[in-house]
Amino acid sequence: MTFALSFYTLAVVKALVLLGILLITLVYIQWVERKLIAHIQGRWGPNRVGPHGLLQPIADSLKLLTKEDLTPPHVHKLIFVMAPFLAVSLALISIAVIPFGGEVEVFGVRTTLQLTDLNIGLLFIFAVTSLGVYGIALGGWASNNKYSLFGALRSSAQMLSYELSLSLGVVGVLLLSGSLSLRRIVDSQAGYYFGFLPRWNVFHGPLPQLVGFLVYLTAAFAETNRVPFDLPEAETELVAGFHTEYSSMKFALFFMAEYANMITVACLATVLFFGGWHAPLPESWGIQYAPLVVGALVAGLLLYHSQGAFAGKQRRSMQVFGVVAALIGAAFLLQPVRVLFSPLFWFAAKSGFFLFLYIWVRGTLPRFRYDQLMGFGWKVLFPVGVANVLVTALMVALFG
Amino acid sequence: MSPSYPEAYFPILLQVGLAVLVAGGVLVTSHLLGRRVRNKTKDSPYECGITPVGDARGRFSVKFYLVAVLFILFDVEVVFLFPWAVVFRELGLFGFFSMLLYMALILAGFFFVWKKGVLDWAKRGR
Amino acid sequence: MLDTALFYIFAALTLGGGVLTITRRSAVHSAIWLITSLLGVAGLYLLQRAEFLAGVQVILYVGGIMVLFLFVIMLVNLDQAAKEKRFSGQKWIALACVAAVALQALWFVSKGAGRFTLGQPSIAGENLGNSEHVSRVLFSQYLLPFELASILLLVAIIGAVVMAKKRI
Repeated sequence: MTFALSFYTLAVVKALVLLGILLITLVYIQWVERKLIAHIQGRWGPNRVGPHGLLQPIADSLKLLTKEDLTPPHVHKLIFVMAPFLAVSLALISIAVIPFGGEVEVFGVRTTLQLTDLNIGLLFIFAVTSLGVYGIALGGWASNNKYSLFGALRSSAQMLSYELSLSLGVVGVLLLSGSLSLRRIVDSQAGYYFGFLPRWNVFHGPLPQLVGFLVYLTAAFAETNRVPFDLPEAETELVAGFHTEYSSMKFALFFMAEYANMITVACLATVLFFGGWHAPLPESWGIQYAPLVVGALVAGLLLYHSQGAFAGKQRRSMQVFGVVAALIGAAFLLQPVRVLFSPLFWFAAKSGFFLFLYIWVRGTLPRFRYDQLMGFGWKVLFPVGVANVLVTALMVALFG
Repeated sequence: MSPSYPEAYFPILLQVGLAVLVAGGVLVTSHLLGRRVRNKTKDSPYECGITPVGDARGRFSVKFYLVAVLFILFDVEVVFLFPWAVVFRELGLFGFFSMLLYMALILAGFFFVWKKGVLDWAKRGR
Repeated sequence: MLDTALFYIFAALTLGGGVLTITRRSAVHSAIWLITSLLGVAGLYLLQRAEFLAGVQVILYVGGIMVLFLFVIMLVNLDQAAKEKRFSGQKWIALACVAAVALQALWFVSKGAGRFTLGQPSIAGENLGNSEHVSRVLFSQYLLPFELASILLLVAIIGAVVMAKKRI
């Protein structure tokens, strides 16, 4: 059975599915973060609402929605409301050009797992990112509060400084891949050296982009205002930085924007440096069965721990989740499932690792001082980025 | 088969629309659901419980302007790197040296800025 | 059809934003309308299939220069600025200047009538990216202006530091 879908209907369907997945991820990444940070610090984390606290994000969203929506009289009303609106809508836009997988066929409809592939895909993301500074700058200014203004100023200067390094970090990738289109960048990373080493840009000849990746990653942490670069909301000195005066959902929108930006940055790192949806080993090594093994491992772990002394009331839910993980893994035995979901599995695994890295770093590193932050951005990251671009260019010109 | 030019940008338009809908929807819902009780203390700017002193909009270090100015100047350089990198394989060594000359001049400016101490944020000599 | 509609929308954004920029009393409102106007121009570039130019317009003008404007405005005491008269004694000089520029423009348009054609954008194929074309022309025909631009940037960097040096 085939559906004759027009291009426009298909685009609407894809956009809605993508938005749904993005919003669910946005809500649940906060649960993951709280759990992980808690375990790093030797605590339990949320575990009261639902099994393992899994309903906690929903309870939090409902609570924030029904809280008093305070707009203090000393603020500039229009801009005060516009700032979080701007921040979150900009953060949700850039996901549109990220390619999640190659061409697939679902129920007889052929399509690519990407909303749209622009010739200037990467430039589009940078354009949207460069606008992100307005949400913070305007929000801090409109609040008419000393802490907010200082948070906004610091944050704007920080985001501007690290935007340079963010762009410099990816120029090396452009030199190797020769396109601004994200799909073509991923395509240029297909294949393996010596039959096992993936041709991802971090391993790609003539000059592996390891330095470029580190510059990009560091700048990305600063650009999304995450630890150790979370100066804009340095609570020990600025209360809450630019969102001191914000409450209720307006406050939550800033966090939504921050997490959406994190997801975009993690996806972009996967696309630019780690080969997008390509598997880390060729199929001749049996890598297509990796999701199966992962599913079995997760199931085994969950079922084993459900017998442990601390499992207590959560025994039943752990067993249920274990069976679900086993079923998902088993589904990868079917050929059509494997073809459709393997690229997505690899893309999610790589991006998920970068998101995990964000949280891991937050649980590990202290915050920079402001002079260290600006000094690091301009005196270390910027020169290293420039050097990487020049050396890569020379290598490509000589051996490329 | 790749989509035509307008078709490539239609999903962008769509995504902008959806993003605006989500952000606006959340703001409106929260405005409708939340109850409001106001009082004088709640309406004053938050300054850790101390009565606010003076205006929030003070003067601040000229360094913030300088960072913004320097960002614009160096960003022009970086933006030129994008098209250069995309066709670099066609340009070859000639492209490398023409960019090297361009970068050398701007990097001279960068080291001038560095030597003048614009990039030092902590006060020195104390 | 859609192209025409979009053209009028972006043109309205550009012109309307421009008019509102110079008539708003609050400097922050002016800045926001200027941003709208610049985004409208980026939209017009996109319609002309100059994707690269549109991207650069947003990154440099909206993401860079307007942030600097905002930094400056954020420190102005807006309450006092709002009390000032909106149009001062320079009104007549300004009007004279506008009239002179308008006459000039009219003269050029009448002289060049018919010779100034809006041709098709010079893209070889639709799937060939626009930035590749820009780059090929930039690094052959316009190499000298490109290198000269770096001198301009160097002068600007030194100028900015020297002007602010007293305060550092």
